[in-house]
Amino acid sequence: MTKGTDMGTSPDEVQFRFRDDEVADHAAVTVDAFLDQSNATAVRIEPGDDARALLPFLDRLQLVEVNFPAYTDGRGYSAARVLREAGYESEMRAVGDVLVDQIGFMRRCGFDAFAPDAPIDQADAEAAFARWPDVYQSTTDARKPIWDLRHE
Amino acid sequence: MYLYDQYDQAMVDARVEEFRDQAQRRLDGRITEEQFRPLRLMNGLYLQLHAYMLRVAIPYGTLNSRQMHMLADIADKYDRGYGHFTTRQNIQYNWMKLEETADLLADLASVEMHAIQTSGNCIRNISSDHFAGAAADELVDPRPYAELLRQWSSFHPEFSFLPRKFKIAVIASDTDRAAMKLHDIGIQIVQNDAGELGAAFYVGGGMGRTPMIAPLIREFVPLDQLITYSEACLRVYNRYGRRDNKYKARIKILVHELGKEEYTRQVEEEFQHLLDEGIEPPLAELERLRPYFADPDFADGPKTIDRSDPDFALWVERNTHRHKRDSYVSAVISLKPVGGIPGDATSEQMHVMADLAKEYSFDEMRVMHTQNIVLPHVRIADLHALWTKLEAAELGAPNLDTIEDIIACPGLDYCSLANARSIPLAQRISTRFAEKGKTEELGQLKLKISGCINACGHHHAGHIGILGVDKKGTENYQLLLGGSEAEDTALAKITGRGFDEDGVIAAIETVTDLYIDKREEGERFLDTYRRIGMDPFKEALYD
Repeated sequence: MTKGTDMGTSPDEVQFRFRDDEVADHAAVTVDAFLDQSNATAVRIEPGDDARALLPFLDRLQLVEVNFPAYTDGRGYSAARVLREAGYESEMRAVGDVLVDQIGFMRRCGFDAFAPDAPIDQADAEAAFARWPDVYQSTTDARKPIWDLRHE
Repeated sequence: MYLYDQYDQAMVDARVEEFRDQAQRRLDGRITEEQFRPLRLMNGLYLQLHAYMLRVAIPYGTLNSRQMHMLADIADKYDRGYGHFTTRQNIQYNWMKLEETADLLADLASVEMHAIQTSGNCIRNISSDHFAGAAADELVDPRPYAELLRQWSSFHPEFSFLPRKFKIAVIASDTDRAAMKLHDIGIQIVQNDAGELGAAFYVGGGMGRTPMIAPLIREFVPLDQLITYSEACLRVYNRYGRRDNKYKARIKILVHELGKEEYTRQVEEEFQHLLDEGIEPPLAELERLRPYFADPDFADGPKTIDRSDPDFALWVERNTHRHKRDSYVSAVISLKPVGGIPGDATSEQMHVMADLAKEYSFDEMRVMHTQNIVLPHVRIADLHALWTKLEAAELGAPNLDTIEDIIACPGLDYCSLANARSIPLAQRISTRFAEKGKTEELGQLKLKISGCINACGHHHAGHIGILGVDKKGTENYQLLLGGSEAEDTALAKITGRGFDEDGVIAAIETVTDLYIDKREEGERFLDTYRRIGMDPFKEALYD
């Protein structure tokens, strides 16, 4: 886990990052603004946005921020998976009301950077990322689900 | 029945440790009650009127004697010596202390049980036919499919913060004993013309304040696409289900507002996409699960038993169900003693039921959504011995599917959402009809009581339903008629203005008297209602 101290659009806020590449140096714009601009490389998805509107532009995207205005709104999990399933490989950053008890689920849905509104205790976060010895579902992360492990 | 392997056990153990950590953070004051709420809710822990309530999952209602003994021990150790079996085939304890909950969960994990996803806006415990594996009329045992869905839905990373809670039922016979079409997803395992098994998907049913019967959205999903199709149904809901109003957030509202055709179109599109993702478990996993639900070692035996004792004969008549082997029956232990609290069992009774399951039913029990317990495989030759022991433990009430077999939510005695009490009303109704000797005459009559509009007591699906409301600070009860949770699913209709507690009991007597007066040969209350309609009942009640 990298401690994010000097990163991209909200450098002070990225607390955890699971990537080695350079952080995109562009402010994330709204999905509507992104679709209007031919040169934007970073976008911020709100819960009501259709992540699939971005699919034609995945090649030029260097940063996708998915905002969680409230942890209870789980649309961002689907948005992240939809983009990863479509082949998006650059940074996917969870921002907003991102809590320690959600980051494990987010990681499994393709998030590889976390900028929580309220910083998460480092030890709590490490425990949360490492919580599950194995997993039941096949998602966009590389983990083999239990039912595959059983039948290897 | 299913037994955990090392993977399942490791997942449940990890969850216990996670909860221990979460509860400790709350107890230390490191997180607020507001921040703790979603965490405890994902673990079945509710803050109720008087204390924490814990709901323990009993997957598809199946449990063995070791597990039932543990549920009894937990009732003694952490609660006040009893538990409450629920309409979702689970058990609830009403007097929990937060400090002790993690230890309780560890005790549960030691017998392969948990409280995972028994609350919160996630996929809840999967329910099924309580006669699965025993009923003469089933195509196959539905539980391997329910178990596959249980594993898939446990800690699902995309679907743990849905717009609202999500309930799935799986059945495999044309007779519906699980209220399948009143679930967010109802699955019926069916056979196509080629003789292959698959799943019919009904999506968007539910009770609550806007009851709806789920429409069929796909007649046949091949078994090697079952999880992928479920995932597609959930993803469309997670992305587009309403989040602006919690009362309109269930999938039934989405399906209703989009229309069945449009919802189905979106699911099919997502399904085609997800098929390419390869998220389906290997068919070998279903093959692994099936033997856990294979028939026990049935033996031939007598197909009849001496019923000269009229009390025993009545119990056999009322409380046993036809088995696929003609020397066996499924026997129902009623948790509805006259004047008792529907679904409650003491720790002593739980121990008795566990012992009887071990002795007479291949160590297996089921919780029914009607809040009773089934011994699925009882030799007909053993019935009298079983009944004698049940009677001794005050578990022999011969009232399955009668007016005494009332479903009732916990109501205002426990629940922070309730507007009215349900339990005392149920107690008074069963007492009234038993004392007047009318129970037998009324035959099959499903009475269901909810203490508020959330409908945990299934009042929409009662032949007679009662809904408790708050009317200017006093408890008031609306009467509903004509609902059904079975394969002829129907939603009950309100008769008219509500009644006070005495008034609603009198009203039930009025409508049942009218039924007795108007019924034709062989008609149940529901049949007579369907034939003559609401008007005669309204006249009798209000004119």
